[in-house]
Amino acid sequence: MSRDLYDLIGLVAAICFILALKGLSHPKSARRGNLIGAAGATIATLIVFFYGDQLPLKHLPLILGAILLGLIIGVPAARRVQLTQMPQLVALFNGVGGGAAALVAIVEYLKLGEDAAKSGGAIGAAVLIATIFTVVVGTTSFTGSIVTFLKLQELMTTRPVIFPGGRFIIAGNLLAILVCSGWVYSAADTTSVMVLMALSAIFGVLFVLPVGGADVPIVISLLNAFTGLTVAASGYVLEATLLIVAGTLVGASGTILTRLMAEAMGRSLFGTLFGAFTATATTAGAADTRPVKSGSAEDVAILLNYARRVVIVPGFGLAVAQAQHTVRELADLMSAKGIDVAYGIHPVAGRMPGHMNVLLAEANVPYEQLVEMDEINPTFPQTDVSIVIGANDVVNPAAKTTPGCPIYGMPILDVQQSGNIIFLKRSMRPGFAGIENELLYDPKTTLLFGDAKASLTKVVSALKAL
Amino acid sequence: MSSGLALISIFVLAVFVGFEVVSKVSSTLHTPLMSGANAIHGVILVGAIIVASHSDNSLQLTLSLIAIVLATINMVGGFVVTDRMLEMFKPKKAQSTKDSAADKSAPQAGNQAGEVK
Repeated sequence: MSRDLYDLIGLVAAICFILALKGLSHPKSARRGNLIGAAGATIATLIVFFYGDQLPLKHLPLILGAILLGLIIGVPAARRVQLTQMPQLVALFNGVGGGAAALVAIVEYLKLGEDAAKSGGAIGAAVLIATIFTVVVGTTSFTGSIVTFLKLQELMTTRPVIFPGGRFIIAGNLLAILVCSGWVYSAADTTSVMVLMALSAIFGVLFVLPVGGADVPIVISLLNAFTGLTVAASGYVLEATLLIVAGTLVGASGTILTRLMAEAMGRSLFGTLFGAFTATATTAGAADTRPVKSGSAEDVAILLNYARRVVIVPGFGLAVAQAQHTVRELADLMSAKGIDVAYGIHPVAGRMPGHMNVLLAEANVPYEQLVEMDEINPTFPQTDVSIVIGANDVVNPAAKTTPGCPIYGMPILDVQQSGNIIFLKRSMRPGFAGIENELLYDPKTTLLFGDAKASLTKVVSALKAL
Repeated sequence: MSSGLALISIFVLAVFVGFEVVSKVSSTLHTPLMSGANAIHGVILVGAIIVASHSDNSLQLTLSLIAIVLATINMVGGFVVTDRMLEMFKPKKAQSTKDSAADKSAPQAGNQAGEVK
């Protein structure tokens, strides 16, 4: 295949990626957009094998074997993952992409170094800078994504991890990366680039540790944009136009998306990212011993039976308990009794923006019943009962009333304005952001303790009996 | 125009395209869009294949083969998981039950395997 034909087909793949991102931005075309993206990626991968004289294609069986291994790992992981665990899988996929970009840059650097030594020449400055960028940012994205995975999987604390002198450690780490970059720049050898990779790996961990649970999606999105840019930089090193276009598209659109996400969550991007430098260890509130009103499933059923309008506020706890189907059963039962039912969906309900819509759609909840926050908030004063299922931070009035608390400024669902509030909770444990919720002690609030699915099943049968 | 400058021009233009294509997105689509963009940067697989095929020693070959495995996971896994998310958004005609939803996922899984290689 001639270089011109190769580049022309590469252009087709690049157009596929642009159409994919455009399609993914609109609900109707989203799925088609994703398929166009997949087609573009398939074209790009297939034609590289026909690169001809530019590519000697040594080690072909090993290359195909490695692709097969990737398929064997990647496809079942993506197909079998529970919808509740999707966000951390996306984080992992992003991380391995960053790792791959870093490795590509390292191999090319070693290769160019050897060639330069043989011919007595030197590697170009721009190529060296692009290589250093890819190694640093790609590795940061790799280890950072693994930490976000651990946080979302709750294999480690979801609270911000802040240690004394953290900002000095991070600053020292950054300085070391800078010095080491200079070393890589001047001495084209294996040791320097490996040390740079190790320092960047540490930075990725330090960068994500101080981020609180609720801000993790923003960080994943940002690391995603970072990985895009590293792909673009390695495209520069390899002089592969397609990699530059694809990587840059992801870098630019990912940056916009990160900003949009931060806006939807009412978070300052700067505050989220540089939390490590400004955060001071907050004192955890003393365990609250104030009385709360807890009720039985029958009490809840009676309350619902005489309501005219009920709003269901689902949270991640609902998904964990796999209670989506039981919720729908309850909603259908109430609708049959002539009660007006709607779901109030917070932009970050679940673990990521849009995550809750996916989970409820899986349970065949009619799309029209899912109401976004801005539309449902004005209706709370006319709502008789709000049922909060496994959610906490998204209804916590502290976001409005307590400056300085981690979620201050985040828009919330105003359930406190409704006539009655029912909380289905496993325990009095605070939500993902780790903050006490005043609403639990409100006289209008009834708590129904227990597993969300078991509690809802009881409420459904009690309501049927009425 | 030198080749370095041409590449930088492509980069700058792609930045603007990237900014433009996602100017307004409903928060419902934030996660699938992120996941789809994530899959697109899996195209680093092309770079990994290029470096693997001209690597001359075992260190370079090992590193580039690891890169191929990681990049394939990123690309293929990314598109499959995005498709699974978006499948949930498709309009449902009848109020079907859980069982029929489970039925639907089987042929759809076949499509994905054919679509992404």
